[in-house]
Amino acid sequence: MEELSFYDEKGKYSGILAWLMSTDHKRIGLQYLLALICFFSTGVALGVLIRLSLIAPGSILNAQQYNEVFTVHGIVQIFLFIIPGIPVAFGNFFLPIMIGARDVAFPRLNRFTWWLYLTGAAIVLLSLFIKGAPPDTGWTFYAPYSIQTKANVSLAVFGVFVLGFSSIFTGLNFVTTIHRMRAPGMKWFRMPPFVWTLYATGWVQILATPVLAITLVFIILGRFFGVGFFDPSRGGDPILYEHLFWTYSHPAVYIMVLPAMGIISEIIPVFARRKLFGYHAIVLSALGIATVGYLVWGHHMFTSGMSDTARIIFSFITFLVAVPSGVKVFNWVATLYKGSIELHAPLLFALSFVFLFSIGGLTGLIIGSLAPNLHVHGTYFIVAHFHYVMFGGAGFSFFAGLHYWFPKMFGKMYSEKYAKAGWLLLFVGFNILYFSMFILGYQGMPRRYFDPPPQYHGWEFISTIGSWLLAAGIIIIFGNLIRSLFRGEKAPADPWGGKSLEWTISSPPPPENFIETPVITTGPSGYGKT
Amino acid sequence: MEKISSATEGSIDYTGKKIGMWLFLYTELLFFGGMFLLYSVYRSRYSAEFHASAMEENIILGSTNTVILLTSSFFIALSIAAIKAGRRRLSTGLQLATIICGITFLVIKYFEWAAKIVKGIYPDSSVLLGMGQGETLFFGLYYVMTGIHGIHVLIGVIIISIMLSLTQRGIINRENFVKLENTGLYWHFVDIVWIYLFPLFYLIT
Repeated sequence: MEELSFYDEKGKYSGILAWLMSTDHKRIGLQYLLALICFFSTGVALGVLIRLSLIAPGSILNAQQYNEVFTVHGIVQIFLFIIPGIPVAFGNFFLPIMIGARDVAFPRLNRFTWWLYLTGAAIVLLSLFIKGAPPDTGWTFYAPYSIQTKANVSLAVFGVFVLGFSSIFTGLNFVTTIHRMRAPGMKWFRMPPFVWTLYATGWVQILATPVLAITLVFIILGRFFGVGFFDPSRGGDPILYEHLFWTYSHPAVYIMVLPAMGIISEIIPVFARRKLFGYHAIVLSALGIATVGYLVWGHHMFTSGMSDTARIIFSFITFLVAVPSGVKVFNWVATLYKGSIELHAPLLFALSFVFLFSIGGLTGLIIGSLAPNLHVHGTYFIVAHFHYVMFGGAGFSFFAGLHYWFPKMFGKMYSEKYAKAGWLLLFVGFNILYFSMFILGYQGMPRRYFDPPPQYHGWEFISTIGSWLLAAGIIIIFGNLIRSLFRGEKAPADPWGGKSLEWTISSPPPPENFIETPVITTGPSGYGKT
Repeated sequence: MEKISSATEGSIDYTGKKIGMWLFLYTELLFFGGMFLLYSVYRSRYSAEFHASAMEENIILGSTNTVILLTSSFFIALSIAAIKAGRRRLSTGLQLATIICGITFLVIKYFEWAAKIVKGIYPDSSVLLGMGQGETLFFGLYYVMTGIHGIHVLIGVIIISIMLSLTQRGIINRENFVKLENTGLYWHFVDIVWIYLFPLFYLIT
């Protein structure tokens, strides 16, 4: 079967411009994917450097460099990798295919969004290398320090501002696409769960990101024009900065994790050969998480100065978010029940997601309760918690999706053996690295310290060993995938027995995705009754 | 690669383009929302100082600008009605009138700012810092909010100029006017923001 794939399509441009100038959602998605993997690897390298420095303070990085490295690690992983993350790579590639469309609603806006992303990323990277120091504020850019420091904060913040626009336009494009571009018969409750989560994510991107944008503008204006909105000496209030920042940055957590949950909801039924248990509950809980998640930002600020009433309300709503999250976890487990499970790499990553995300989520409730929060706020406990949710959640899901859709995107099969070996190292390394941090945090080790007090040296060392295993796992995973691009066997149209639309077309997909526009007559997964 | 996907080939997805524009306006609303939030917090904290500072504003110029912007919104709405009726020359004329109103607004704004800057009232100036914290915040907000609004007016003027050219070339026409209509939506939004800025800085004294 030698069908024409979108790689063979000849456009106006050739060479690299055939990619950069393309409005094809698949090409744009793959470019994003490449960029994301580069930035992710950079972020991991910086993370390993942080861990190294912590077991030998002063011998690798000095204190100022340490501040810069953890700041850049955060900015890169959060703004360049995980927030754009799954939607821009897998969303771009698969959203139109999964709803039976030929492209997104605004293909040229999509290309512009990709350019904005590149521009934003370039500006952020520029802030590291031009004259002056890289940002040293932590990824949160807390005022008033971010307004006073001599480091290149303005440039980094402007880069994030541009990235924010990229994120907004992606969300806007996806929401419109889902409203307008569904194939005949693709009713709302026939859409695959991944599409649903992209829909919920799109709304969060639209409604939350502008708040970050204006907050970052305030920082830049504060630095250049001395507008002291967050400067107490000029009547401003730094707490307001925290409110504005977290009004975006908490919903941003759901920008990261909702599409991750969508991928898990795709993978588990396929490898358990069962219909997704509680489809309606799963997709509606995505909307629930997106809605409630908008109202919990205050739980980042329990110790910053807020009235008791506000703290109790924020704590209560934080607990409410756990309900739709729990609904999802129970439904995934119920889908596995009595399934004929095939333990391929995508499922291993997906199961790890469920395990790690549950730990991350449950520790989130510890932090979300007012009394324990006072004890663990600003400690490694927080660091461990959000790495379990972000990396153990969104990161593992990214890997799950990467393996699951690799045959479809590139038309090649990867080596299952190496994928599993990489997964094992990553999973074990991850838990050694971050579970140690739960213990350290509980014992009182504050985050962002350059030189840990002696009583924490033991666990710090164990944690660093974990970072080496984790890095080795990632190297094996990427090495395997890169090798498979060249040496892998040719992938069939449907290697996993998946039932959603992307598996009905050839691997890699033909130009414009479908020879004939599909007509949908059944629900999202055709494995019969639950 | 500039081809339209065949799902939408032949017809422009009018509703889709309108949805996209409305979503964009939501984001704009929230963008300005951050500024209105700061205004309301600091207004309640320094109400006496805000009251006194607002006396400094030139209510005549502010009112003139309000009238100009409202009129311009009316013009662009008419230009859309005109193109729907197929009257291209009338539509371009009305778009030109909108552009002139927008530029006039910016010129008046320039004189307002200049008058304050001459008096030494601008962010980080010793005069302003000497006036006190409430005043510093009031004028800080004044410059930031009217400034960012002004940038939006400027962008609007540029976009309407592009629309004008598209209309003249017949790309925007009786059948295909969604670009102009979306521009109109944006311009009304800019207008509405000013309708809130005007009382907050000029009228509530």
